[in-house]
Amino acid sequence: MNLKDVQRLLEAEVLAGEKYLDRQIETCCGSDMMSDVLAFTKRNTLLCTGLTNMQVVRTADMTELSAVVFVRGKVPDNEIVEAAAEDMLPILVTECTLFEACGILYGAGISGCNKRGKRK
Amino acid sequence: MSENKSVKLTFDCAGGDFERAGEASAKIKKMLQRLGIPADCVRRIAIGTYEAEMNVIIHAGGGNVAAEVFPDATVITVSDQGPGIPDINKALQEGWSTAPDYVRQMGFGAGMGLPNMQKCSDEFDIQSKVGEGTVIVMKFKHQSEDL
Repeated sequence: MNLKDVQRLLEAEVLAGEKYLDRQIETCCGSDMMSDVLAFTKRNTLLCTGLTNMQVVRTADMTELSAVVFVRGKVPDNEIVEAAAEDMLPILVTECTLFEACGILYGAGISGCNKRGKRK
Repeated sequence: MSENKSVKLTFDCAGGDFERAGEASAKIKKMLQRLGIPADCVRRIAIGTYEAEMNVIIHAGGGNVAAEVFPDATVITVSDQGPGIPDINKALQEGWSTAPDYVRQMGFGAGMGLPNMQKCSDEFDIQSKVGEGTVIVMKFKHQSEDL
């Protein structure tokens, strides 16, 4: 699935990176803890988070995340959206809670980042 | 890069400056990409450097981040004159953290920083003295090895 599918499934608004929505998504991580994102994600992972500070964009840059979905309708400040746009990082916002967003994506076939690897 | 030459970048990081936290790591990452270091390796270096940079900003009141890129490896040295770490073995345990609540609310302080630096790097050294500061040296070989 690509980010357009993610946008449709989560009824999300795109704040940055509209032109990168063809990116393929295989794994997803749901966390407000950037320490865990840094320690446990693989490259090209989609991050769903309720945290909306600059460190989310920095963490996405360092770990090479494919996109960030802000949950619970949380809209980040403009400077965060601008920094993401500069980094070619798509930013989506959904009204879903973190649990719902992850559940919907998991149900649609997206895997987690853990050591068990791909789902059957 | 010729055989014996290296490229060096150093940054001073102000303590508590969370708006700019990660800028040094981001610039180092861009330099590594420009130098053509393998992508998997760049990612490991970026993560390890960012963890260390966050640590000096959170715990040490600021410090210095230096990257030296050799043809076969990159060495990251992060030093500070902060409070030092009383028990390094404890600090290296996953989940052990002294980060205050406001840092956790920003998404850090899970006690994964030092273990993650160890995991990302090929060689890891930490020297710390209470009241004097901490120096971390990480060596990353330029070989492709995804995490």
